[in-house]
Amino acid sequence: MLALFYFAAAIALIATAMALTRANAAHGLIYLIVSLLAVAVVFFLLGAPFAAALEIVIYAGAIMVLFVFVIMMLNLGRSADEEERELLAPRYWLVPGVLAACLLVELAVISFAAPGHSAGIVVSPKAVGLSLYGPYVLAVEIASLLLLAGLVGAYHVGRRFIDRSGGNKS
Amino acid sequence: MSPLATALFGLAVLAGAVGLAAILTWFERRLLGVWQDRYGPNRLGPLGILQVVADMLKLLTKHDWVPPFADRVVFVFAPTAIVVAMLLGFAVVPFGEHLYLLDLNIGLLFFLGMTSLAVYSVLLGGLASNNKYALLGGLRSAAQMVSYEVFMGLSLMGVVMLTGSFSLRDIVLAQQDLWFCIPQVLGLYVFLVAGIAESHRLPFDLPEAEHELTAGFHTEYGGMKFAMFMLGEYLGLILICCMITTVFFGGWLGPWLPGPVWFALKTSLLICFFVLLRAAIPRPRYDQLMSLGWKYMLPLSLFNLVLTGAIALWLRGA
Repeated sequence: MLALFYFAAAIALIATAMALTRANAAHGLIYLIVSLLAVAVVFFLLGAPFAAALEIVIYAGAIMVLFVFVIMMLNLGRSADEEERELLAPRYWLVPGVLAACLLVELAVISFAAPGHSAGIVVSPKAVGLSLYGPYVLAVEIASLLLLAGLVGAYHVGRRFIDRSGGNKS
Repeated sequence: MSPLATALFGLAVLAGAVGLAAILTWFERRLLGVWQDRYGPNRLGPLGILQVVADMLKLLTKHDWVPPFADRVVFVFAPTAIVVAMLLGFAVVPFGEHLYLLDLNIGLLFFLGMTSLAVYSVLLGGLASNNKYALLGGLRSAAQMVSYEVFMGLSLMGVVMLTGSFSLRDIVLAQQDLWFCIPQVLGLYVFLVAGIAESHRLPFDLPEAEHELTAGFHTEYGGMKFAMFMLGEYLGLILICCMITTVFFGGWLGPWLPGPVWFALKTSLLICFFVLLRAAIPRPRYDQLMSLGWKYMLPLSLFNLVLTGAIALWLRGA
């Protein structure tokens, strides 16, 4: 059981690393999909089959499809691969990598060497849900209105574009 | 079941599904012939059934060619995704009361997940081909399948509400008194339409509409790789029919005959119905397909969901 867990987790880590380092966007995405599937297996092994199913249906099945969709629309060629390869040169990721590694060390220190060092009380997911839909429900509703406004705005922009190009009104 | 029996049964399900998909290529052409007042393939063997073998030999001996401009690895990998995903989907189908591979408590979601992974085959095939027709076919199918997945999931939620479980076995057992095709007739309608769109068969085969896109996403494919796409499509058809049987027509339930026989009978009838749809209905335009989905199917499935919820609450309260 534990071996299976580590196996799936290792696949997730390797696939994510490969996704980050691919120059070709489509190849990177395929690795990302594999990584999401591995995370779904991890969820399943941890006794959360529902989360595993949602991981596949929503992330691997819908959101990643939209990513592939965008890549197809962009018509990336060999030149895009070359540009991407340049951006993967060490001088771009070395400093952010070192800074992120510092954070990782800090996280390890907090969790293993000196547990219980967080300031104040620990906030559980349930407490977050209760406060979001309790005292802060108005703020949540306003945020959702903002999203709706964004949706209507995007629709409006797209509509004007269709009208100008003539035809294909639906 | 013991591990050995489970393994054997799993192999039997795999072989049965692939075999059935192969026979379906001949059966569909014969049936279309009947409905279009012509013969169809009737020369080889009894009733022409050996046509399947002839087709297979032809596909196997064809040159396995990868276009030089294609993205080689993705091009070769793409057709396998749909076959693997569809075959995995069969794992949760209960063929009889004690005849099933997996009784997952998320069976229905597992099925939805596998069908949504099958999209990648079409998408990546279209992308890796590096050909404008293939790209357009892939784009269309991405839009079509992602939209219809939404209603496909929503149309099943009414059944989940009435059963109180995602397990396909529980869903069948909840239909002892009344099949869900009566109280969930709207759900059945939406699922049927979404099922055709999801397996992109005629009349919804817009990803490969041959008069405008040559052959859509598999324009550059030939030989066994093309056969894999076809196999995946037929497996998808069989899987959708199995799911409609399980979720809406009482699965293995039925008098006199043993359960698996009932299951096979119902599924075969549904497959014939899908072939009839192909023979009877012309293909809509792409924008018609999308507006049908978002303007009629989505509101209809949401209405079904609200209505089912209200009635279920009312019955429980009374």
